[in-house]
Amino acid sequence: MTPFDALYAAPAALTAHAPVIVIAAPLVGACAAALSPGARSSWVISVLTTAFSLWMAIALAGEVAREGVIDYALGGFPSPMGIALKVDAIAVTMALLISAMGLMGAIYSGHALLSEVRAEKHTLFQAGYLLCVSGYLGLVLTGDAFNAFVFLEISSIGTYALVAAGERRDRRALPAAFNYLIMGTVGATLYVIGVGFLYGATGTLNMADMGVRLVTLGDNPAVQAGFAFIVAGLGAKAAMFPLHGWLPGAYAGAPTLVSVFLAATATKAAIYLLMRFTFDVFPLDADFGRLFLHGILAPLAAAAAIVCSVQAIFAREVRRMLAFSSIAQVGFILLGFSLATQAGVSAGVFYMVAHALMKAAAFMALGAFAISLKARLLSDFAGIGREAPWSTVAFAVAAASLAGVPLTMGFLGKWSLIEAALQARQAWMVVVFAIGSLLTLVYVGRIVETMFFRAPTPGAPRAKEAPVGVLAPLWVLAGLSVWFGVDATLPASLADAGAAALLGAAP
Amino acid sequence: MTGFAVEMSAALNVVLLLMLVAIGLAVAHTRNLLTAILLMSVYSLVSAAWLMVMDAADVAFTEAVVGAGASTIILLGAILLTRGATARVDWRAMVAPALLAVITGGLLIYASLGLPEFGDPSSPANAYVGRMYLERTGEEVGPHNVVTAVLASYRGFDTLGETVVIFAAGLGVALMLGFGPRATLAPAPEKMGDHHVVLRVAAKMLIPLITLYAFYVQFHGDLGAGGAFQAGVILAVAVILYGLVFGLRETIAAVPVKAARSVAALGVMLYAGIGVICMVNGGAFLDYDYLFSPQVEAMIPANLLGDPHEEHHWGQHFGILFVELGVLLTVSSTIVTIFYGFAGRSIDAEEAKR
Repeated sequence: MTPFDALYAAPAALTAHAPVIVIAAPLVGACAAALSPGARSSWVISVLTTAFSLWMAIALAGEVAREGVIDYALGGFPSPMGIALKVDAIAVTMALLISAMGLMGAIYSGHALLSEVRAEKHTLFQAGYLLCVSGYLGLVLTGDAFNAFVFLEISSIGTYALVAAGERRDRRALPAAFNYLIMGTVGATLYVIGVGFLYGATGTLNMADMGVRLVTLGDNPAVQAGFAFIVAGLGAKAAMFPLHGWLPGAYAGAPTLVSVFLAATATKAAIYLLMRFTFDVFPLDADFGRLFLHGILAPLAAAAAIVCSVQAIFAREVRRMLAFSSIAQVGFILLGFSLATQAGVSAGVFYMVAHALMKAAAFMALGAFAISLKARLLSDFAGIGREAPWSTVAFAVAAASLAGVPLTMGFLGKWSLIEAALQARQAWMVVVFAIGSLLTLVYVGRIVETMFFRAPTPGAPRAKEAPVGVLAPLWVLAGLSVWFGVDATLPASLADAGAAALLGAAP
Repeated sequence: MTGFAVEMSAALNVVLLLMLVAIGLAVAHTRNLLTAILLMSVYSLVSAAWLMVMDAADVAFTEAVVGAGASTIILLGAILLTRGATARVDWRAMVAPALLAVITGGLLIYASLGLPEFGDPSSPANAYVGRMYLERTGEEVGPHNVVTAVLASYRGFDTLGETVVIFAAGLGVALMLGFGPRATLAPAPEKMGDHHVVLRVAAKMLIPLITLYAFYVQFHGDLGAGGAFQAGVILAVAVILYGLVFGLRETIAAVPVKAARSVAALGVMLYAGIGVICMVNGGAFLDYDYLFSPQVEAMIPANLLGDPHEEHHWGQHFGILFVELGVLLTVSSTIVTIFYGFAGRSIDAEEAKR
């Protein structure tokens, strides 16, 4: 059914443990990087362990395509007594996305870090980066509500430190990291309070088991409040409007490697967990489940898609533009999920992957410019298209996907979102998608126009083309945005299977 | 429990909770950061007492050691670098946060309506998985403290994660504060004045005892309250006490910055490594029953660990021992790293002034 059906990427002995190896490889790599003697060796460790993790994720995808759901009992104790990793079609899609982005970021970091982070910090920085990769992978693969909290903490604490490391280039990274820390900690606390209430009501921490026990507990106040806390906590992590205040500063101030990885994975992992709770753990037929999806999530997501697109138009710095754009796109994704139909959720997952690819490529291109040019405001980028054509064209491809130009993945994503909204007879949502896309076209158009058609300010510093080590991962990401825009079999089949797994329908 | 004891314990609960509310309000009210930090320390101590009344000895221990002890020291180190008081906030800026706090509080009270009675043996938390742990720990993990069995074996993956969280925190502090001029600091310390002589004598007597106590907590954790997290903090406190009394330079000469950072990584590696060994031997990750392959088990001299023909849990026993060692290494060296980060900054700041 999926291209992964006949895929045996790794020996059976390894594949049997793939769920935990995907998480553990970067984790052990983080320790090794912290112990390694120099910047170069820590970079090699970073690339090797993320590559190993991706390899295991691919092997896992084949296994999931054949088996459906894989439960891995850690410590040999079956759930609910032990902690189980639960890998289904949606979890493995997320794992593929995160480990692939982890590898691309690791390759890219070889050159990018040199200009952004002091050399003696590189070993610890790579260690922090690998901890983040491992944390987000654990977050999407675990089947245990408390274990998810632990991984939420690992990834968050790693991220705060990485964002703050941007202070060498931009002092504003420090207050941005502090804001993120406060918002992130409040979010994680709310989440764990919610899990506590659910544990009090069900006596179990395994999400699937919780779901079974919650079916009859829909009107218990502790369960309802627990749901509210979890939604608010994960909402803050996912930059769900209006809890997105931390995001623009963090994306704009962090080293570009961190912006690339965060834009591609951080909010997505939180969205994934939120959807896991909404569809899998909480009884959807209960009134408050519907109330949440249609009464709260959809309007907030729509507001994000419009308001933050407008903010992106008026932002003066390019990285802030892209950051506001990310919040708006999170709105697009959540609108798809809020439909709670096979088509809607599938479109949401597809657009999530599309957005990860294009936003990562866009931030990576900005990082490629940053190697030779200290540019922040939009006007600093005038005429850069002639000075660094390869990076700029890659940026333009990513931007085209963001704006939804045909033959890109972004176009297919937006198209399927609109289709799903029409199918569910939510005409107002189609209007939101249309307005949001138009607004996106405005700011994307402004950036691309400045880069290619404005003459550079006389006497301003000129950019140079980035080295191959940066261009290669950049063009892989930009190329995938086009490839999947032409032939979307792979991501579409993953998204369909993922949506079916989330909604509990037979795949 | 007799009716009188139940009432006493309920009354104690109410008194302790009221104290927590009072301290919390005082923390929110004061503008002096030193006062706030000391009040937070008292808050943790009262919480520890309250958790003890609820028979959660392990949690109470952690709260006392981490909340009242280590985090107070770290926060004190941090305010040396900042102003002593917070600015006065305009009341209008506080309306929205206050509203949020009231909503959150209201939601908490609403939720409590749906929770089972405190101590109800038939509540889901007590009757389901919690009860299974109590019943099966003996036969599955061996005669351990059930809390230790749950933390280190049943939910050992969580504990690995928590250890990584601590490692990540140390890494973050080292990334942000760890690369000042002090990183290359070498000059000999100045001769200390005599006015610290009492402190020095007292510290010299206390430090070995604190260290010994840390190891007691570490190894006793298998049987009673305590364990590697608490032991690691206590061990770090011994180093920090040395640093406070004898100076940072002397301490760094004994425990180098780089060594502390490396040991933190080694601790996590040890923990994860145990998991990998179990996997290589054919079990699941962290399944300590597979810690010793049959060949290795055959090489263990007869009767060294007990009769091999009887049912035994050597793998579980040694697995827990090793992972707890990993936790001890990571926690203690991370707290020392964090202390170095803050204390080193104040030296940097002084040198910058000169």
